[in-house]
Amino acid sequence: MESPIKTTEQMATLKGLIAPIADREPGPVLLCLQAAQAHYGYVPEGAVAVIAEVCNVTRADVHGVFSYYSDLKKTPPPAISVRLCAAEACQAVGGRALAAAWGEACAADANLATATGTDEPVFCLGNCALGPAALVNNQLIGNASVDTLKSAVEAAQSAAEASL
Amino acid sequence: MTVWFVPRDAAALSVGADDVAAALEALGEQVVRTGSRGLLWLEPLVERADSRNGTRVGWGNVRASDLSESAPADTASNFLGVVEELDYLACQNRWIYARVGIIDPVDPDDYLSHGGMAGLQRALELSPASVIEQVTESGLRGRGGAGFPTGIKWQTVAEQAPVPHKGDPVDAARHKYICVNADEGDSGTFADRMLMEGDPFCLLEGMAIAAHAVGADRGMIYLRSEYPAAIAVMSEAIEKARDRGWLGQGILGSSCNFDVTIRVGAGSYVCGEETAMLESLEGRRGTVRAKPPLPAIEGLFGTPTVINNVLTIASVPSILARGAEAYAALGQERSRGTQVFQLAGNIARGGIVEVAFGISAHELIFGLGQGTKSGRPLKAVQVGGPLGAYLPADGLQVPMAYEALAAQGAMLGHGGLVVFDDAVDMSEQARFAMEFCVEESCGKCTPCRIGAVRGVEVIDELLASDAPETAEQLLRDLCDVMTQGSLCAMGGLTPQPVLSALDQFPEDFKRAAHRNADAVQGVVHE
Repeated sequence: MESPIKTTEQMATLKGLIAPIADREPGPVLLCLQAAQAHYGYVPEGAVAVIAEVCNVTRADVHGVFSYYSDLKKTPPPAISVRLCAAEACQAVGGRALAAAWGEACAADANLATATGTDEPVFCLGNCALGPAALVNNQLIGNASVDTLKSAVEAAQSAAEASL
Repeated sequence: MTVWFVPRDAAALSVGADDVAAALEALGEQVVRTGSRGLLWLEPLVERADSRNGTRVGWGNVRASDLSESAPADTASNFLGVVEELDYLACQNRWIYARVGIIDPVDPDDYLSHGGMAGLQRALELSPASVIEQVTESGLRGRGGAGFPTGIKWQTVAEQAPVPHKGDPVDAARHKYICVNADEGDSGTFADRMLMEGDPFCLLEGMAIAAHAVGADRGMIYLRSEYPAAIAVMSEAIEKARDRGWLGQGILGSSCNFDVTIRVGAGSYVCGEETAMLESLEGRRGTVRAKPPLPAIEGLFGTPTVINNVLTIASVPSILARGAEAYAALGQERSRGTQVFQLAGNIARGGIVEVAFGISAHELIFGLGQGTKSGRPLKAVQVGGPLGAYLPADGLQVPMAYEALAAQGAMLGHGGLVVFDDAVDMSEQARFAMEFCVEESCGKCTPCRIGAVRGVEVIDELLASDAPETAEQLLRDLCDVMTQGSLCAMGGLTPQPVLSALDQFPEDFKRAAHRNADAVQGVVHE
């Protein structure tokens, strides 16, 4: 996979993105990593060095922050992100069974698997009275089932196609 | 003109509220988007204001497909009547949640016309010391879980002089901070989210009061990334508050200067611990700091810092507006005022219940919540999030208050109650508590980082063993080490769900032993 931050020009793009943050905000490293991820969809190889330079800290410092937070990703995200809640309130209403059933549904349907990739579970989406809960891209799903998840994925796919 | 109200709260959106609002608008109706009333099993809950007296009537579980021809009618089977007369709401005593579900959350005029800013106006008439006195007199304690008296925390910060950020030159600008902890990671809790989505100005007003009281000039809200809707609403509210002069230079014409920014979390549960939150706000790994120094003395960027939970800060405007004495008259022992309880998990009527401290878990779950959603017998209730104890079905008479719960080896935490029916295997829940700690430990202290890994292994040994006594003793010793030796509540309280499951539901930990014994004797299970 080719990193989008290789040429001097590409580095300048990232610098232009994060320099205003580093100028304005105290303690900017996490903010810069989040800004890079918002721009590229993940934190590409090479970004850590640029952020270190702009924030005037060591690469190790930036890498330490990058590797700590589960939201920050090394690789591009799947086209559609599906995250099932794995915490207690959703466990109480069949969250574990849903996760297993969703895994089977993805295994049986190559399109679904390609579209959604392997997303990590999430611990609590704050929808604990209407569980099981899931997040499909930024859409929160209550009373989730394999069927509602499939239709949410389809809706997200057609929304993505419409925006192209 | 008839006005319709449809929630824009994330929980309502998760069951189709946007489609319902669009369907009403397609019929030519005027729709106002509000927060949620907190009767979540009825979402999407649509309301209509009576044109004569403004009383609102409602319909539960409205589907967009029912609205293809006409708006909901009073004769429909899902018609609820006057919403505020529903038993679930009528019995509540809403201080923090007084406006949630009623107003348009991002309409400053709606906020003003429902009593908004009265608390800040009152506070600005008082000296900072008198504001702190009011908060102290109200008996308000931290709603994030630790229950520390808010007035004392504020007093400590008020006594400090503002200082430059650590590492800045001595002549650099001096600051004190108000940090709101909106990293509501506990499963079974959603009151912070619903307040921020339903009445964001209330949080900002509370922060401004705190700023006036302690002499802070900057505020930060640490908001978790799992709450995109709350981030959007809070951001919009901050912009509008600045436009109105509710934030910025000379708030409401006073000499108080205070502005607020949001920083979004990055998926780390332990960043809800206050010192880890400070590290994360400073852009670093979210590892826990040893105390002292207390954040009140040396907090964010080394400055004196108030750190309060969303509900703590959101309690303050109503305390100032309605009186500390009236607030302190509610509750029991040193648990004064109201608590926003969150009924979650396997419960028929889940949602938000704001009442005075002292109501029993039984009343909350069976009286208001009407038992399990599945209709099966209740087996356990986890109170206070993933680090909270599991209470058995016959232990629910305990009053929901800091002292009474502590006496039972449990804790109130952030006020969430997660209900489980008899399908739950409590050994699985105990194992999950340790797994969760493995996943989310910041790694700074050994009892938590290593203890949680060993905890999962020992529980697996215990469950696989014919003679689990040795493993059980090892697990108890390990829990003791974690409780006594961890730096923060993550490792220190993980033993609470584990041990409560083990103590209250020992039979669930003996299944393997039974199974193995049965196998030897040739017993066949269905």
